Amino acid sequence: MRRAALGLFAALALVSLGAHAIDSGQAFADPVRQGRYERLIHELRCVQCQNVTIADSNVGLAADLRRQIREMIGAGQSDEQIRRFMTERYGDFVLYDPPLRPRTYFLWAAPALLLALAVGIVGRAAVRRSRKPLGEDPDESLADREKPV
Amino acid sequence: MIPELGHFALVLALLLALAQAFFGLVGAHRGRQAWMGIAAPAAAGVFVFVALAFGCLTYAFVTHDFSVQYVASTSNSALPLMYRIAAVWGAHEGSVLLWILILAAWALAVAALSGSLPVAFRARVLGVLGLIGVSFMSFILATSSPFARLVPAAADGADLNPLLQDPAMAAHPPMLYMGYVGTSVAFAFAVAALLSGRLDAGWARWTRPWTNAAWVCLTLGITLGSWWAYYVLGWGGWWFWDSVENASFMPWLVTTALIHSLAVTEKRGLYKSWTLLLAIFAFSLSLLGTFLVRSGVLVSVHAFASDPSRGMFILALLLFFIVGSLTLYAVRAPTLKSEAGFAIVSRESFLLANNALLVAAAGLILLGTLWPLFMDAFNLGKISVGPPYFNSVFLVPTLPLVALLGIGMHASWKRAQLAGVRSRLLLLAGAALVLALVLAYAGYRAGSLMTIVGFTAGLFVMGSALLEPVARLRAHQSLSRAVLGMAIAHFGVGLFVVGVTGVQSYRIEKDVGLAPGESVGVAGYDFRFLGTQPAVGPNWQGVEARIAITRAGAPVRELSTQKRVYRVQQNPTTQAGIAVGWNRDLFVALGEDLGAGKWSVRIQYKPLIRFIWLGAILMALGGGLAALDRRYRARRAATEPAAVPAGASERI
Amino acid sequence: MWRYFLPAALFLALGLVLGYTLTRIDRGKLDVREIQSPLLGKTAPAFRLPSLADPSQTVDSHSLAGRAYVFNVWGTWCGGCREEHAALVAIARQSGVPIVGLDWKDDRALALEWLQQLGNPYLTVASDPEGRVAIDWGVYGAPETFLVSASGRVLAKHIGPLSEQVWQQKFVPQLGAAAAGAGAGS
Repeated sequence: MRRAALGLFAALALVSLGAHAIDSGQAFADPVRQGRYERLIHELRCVQCQNVTIADSNVGLAADLRRQIREMIGAGQSDEQIRRFMTERYGDFVLYDPPLRPRTYFLWAAPALLLALAVGIVGRAAVRRSRKPLGEDPDESLADREKPV
Repeated sequence: MIPELGHFALVLALLLALAQAFFGLVGAHRGRQAWMGIAAPAAAGVFVFVALAFGCLTYAFVTHDFSVQYVASTSNSALPLMYRIAAVWGAHEGSVLLWILILAAWALAVAALSGSLPVAFRARVLGVLGLIGVSFMSFILATSSPFARLVPAAADGADLNPLLQDPAMAAHPPMLYMGYVGTSVAFAFAVAALLSGRLDAGWARWTRPWTNAAWVCLTLGITLGSWWAYYVLGWGGWWFWDSVENASFMPWLVTTALIHSLAVTEKRGLYKSWTLLLAIFAFSLSLLGTFLVRSGVLVSVHAFASDPSRGMFILALLLFFIVGSLTLYAVRAPTLKSEAGFAIVSRESFLLANNALLVAAAGLILLGTLWPLFMDAFNLGKISVGPPYFNSVFLVPTLPLVALLGIGMHASWKRAQLAGVRSRLLLLAGAALVLALVLAYAGYRAGSLMTIVGFTAGLFVMGSALLEPVARLRAHQSLSRAVLGMAIAHFGVGLFVVGVTGVQSYRIEKDVGLAPGESVGVAGYDFRFLGTQPAVGPNWQGVEARIAITRAGAPVRELSTQKRVYRVQQNPTTQAGIAVGWNRDLFVALGEDLGAGKWSVRIQYKPLIRFIWLGAILMALGGGLAALDRRYRARRAATEPAAVPAGASERI
Repeated sequence: MWRYFLPAALFLALGLVLGYTLTRIDRGKLDVREIQSPLLGKTAPAFRLPSLADPSQTVDSHSLAGRAYVFNVWGTWCGGCREEHAALVAIARQSGVPIVGLDWKDDRALALEWLQQLGNPYLTVASDPEGRVAIDWGVYGAPETFLVSASGRVLAKHIGPLSEQVWQQKFVPQLGAAAAGAGAGS
């Protein structure tokens, strides 16, 4: 019963993704500030929606948060301060760029680790194979077709 | 009556699939010709009955039969015919039935076109496909029957989600499922090889065209989804790294690795166990994607209505097929090692690097998609991993991949003689760099390091891909479909990279409030808001705005953009207006009514965005062409007599 | 030799984690969409807003210091709020804990009419048409209900319609601590 109720509330509170976000506020005259604004609204998650940024959502909360960010930039707050403002109220969930915490170390280290692993495996295999005799092709008739010019 | 017929047909199909699986697999195991012979006709029967079931469901939709629960929840009396048919796969139950239909079709194709395969091997492949069919049919009959009745019947339906009422969106699931299901064919070939315990280069030659075809479908399916998201969702994005998008991209990456690994296995008999592992991985990711999308563990706008019991069933299927086949792999693979060698710089080593990087990329996406889930499951907090993470992280394996691609294409087998092509490649790299700088600074008046790197890499690959076909044509040598296909596909990769670099570097997005007559300038174009008028459609009503675009006074296009409210679901959707050009798109989307005739409008300038989908289409085209290479046909004439002698039964 | 079993083992581990996650969702112990409030255990955000009943009066959080209260975010546009309203009225009558309402992004006339028709469980209602205070409280979907201790700490939060059962399970156990001003020393 409660589940159905939540579903009902969710259905009413959520707006279809097809209706997209439009800012009716004034853009910053300063391109640096406008750039910061645009970058930030694409980094923050619309918590009320099903996986979309506050830049692309037109639910009321997203519009309010965009206004909040605009005001904070106008008041001279830094990007870090703005992000902290958001996470203090909504938790890390609101950031699409996961913050670097002990729990996400592995996530951020993964690209380098996987690349190193890939290089290691390829290197080792290539060296090992280079020591073996070249051997016969199972299908020599393919040789002419595939040989690069 | 008809829905019950459909249900019955599905049950019959299940029984036939059981026969296909049992007689195919056990027959091959026991060497019983008569049993093995049942597999192919059984597969044909499965297709007939699944098609019948699908036909019955479609009939229920077309005739507005709202006594069927699924029809009542997904359709509506005002829904146009085309979308009534598309609604068949518009939600969970019907889309699984579509999956099963496509599986039956692929199995039938394998049964019909694999006459040159050794009997036991063919029986095993069909048997595995039958087993997969049995699982999915059991799933749908046990937990998600689309034929369930609604008593009393609904007066009218809840309508298809307006976002799905679009031609590209209607075509996207069938094409995507063609790809997903195609990975099951490669999987079946791999498991058949493992079951028999032997694998020779003939196996690779048989598997390649099927895997290529699956890859082509997957590429087109993902491309359709991306293109649709761009022009329908109204925010002008073409990829969001949403969990469901990732669920389709990961199998694509692994299947790409697979088609390249198969080349080595076919040519040199190497990487056998690795290729088998990749085939299993591709299908695993495909199943994992199905699980993630339908179980409710991930939050996504794409996710189907979820139900933990369904999730458990799919998870059980997943574990059965994957852990089962991987265990089989662990037992059999050690016997498949080959002793052949190759030089450190050779086509084999380049392809090995290609595989390692592609799999690393897939691994990164899997990690990013599942990490929030892991953290949440173990009460470690809730985080989001989204585009900022994926966009930066994805470059780590793909940049080296693209760079190596330009060179690796020209490496020969066993020992690469790059000296011959080195001077041309260096020249090409230089030309690419110069062209990139010209494009960035003369074309767009700005360019960061990443932009130059991206353009250079893309242009280099494009040029490199053309080197060989051009050289062959000049030398009046034949150009096989395989070589031409490869060139086109790789050219497409380069084009794709150029497109992505262009859009990411130079796109402009502006949200403005405009009253009729007011205009705004973006990227040298002038957008004048002409005003709004009401608009009506078959099952929606809304507002349409017209915007005139001029450049330096000369008219360019007049675009219309609409805001629609579909009568039944009452959700507002936006239809963007797009001025398509070969080197840029101009995108306008209507926003909110600001009162007094003023409306908010989102205007976007998207340079080089068409290259993204064009590049992807070229990839698919190239892959398809390569799959049709004559050597896969010619072989049939050569091996048919070989299939008859007793010695042939020794081969898989 | 054993390394060949690694893929199978890894996949099995993944499958078990996914199965565990599913079981937890099924049992209602995990909601992938619900965010744990970072405000729990911290000081409740201060606010100063016009009162719904009389806009010339203000509802000031400082005036609430020294006693525990329930903070309920609602709006007339919200179906779940309508659903929980009867329970709220009953809880207000029975528990004796004051309920302060936050009328979120709403129309004043509609809100007043609603309270008149459905009953008014609130000690006072603050009007937040711009949603600024709601953002401070980390509200993302009405209705949301908080329990604030006498010393001003947020002790509990519930997202979704409140019911007698939720009240008993989530809020009642904390009422003693709330009244005693718990959290002051933590």
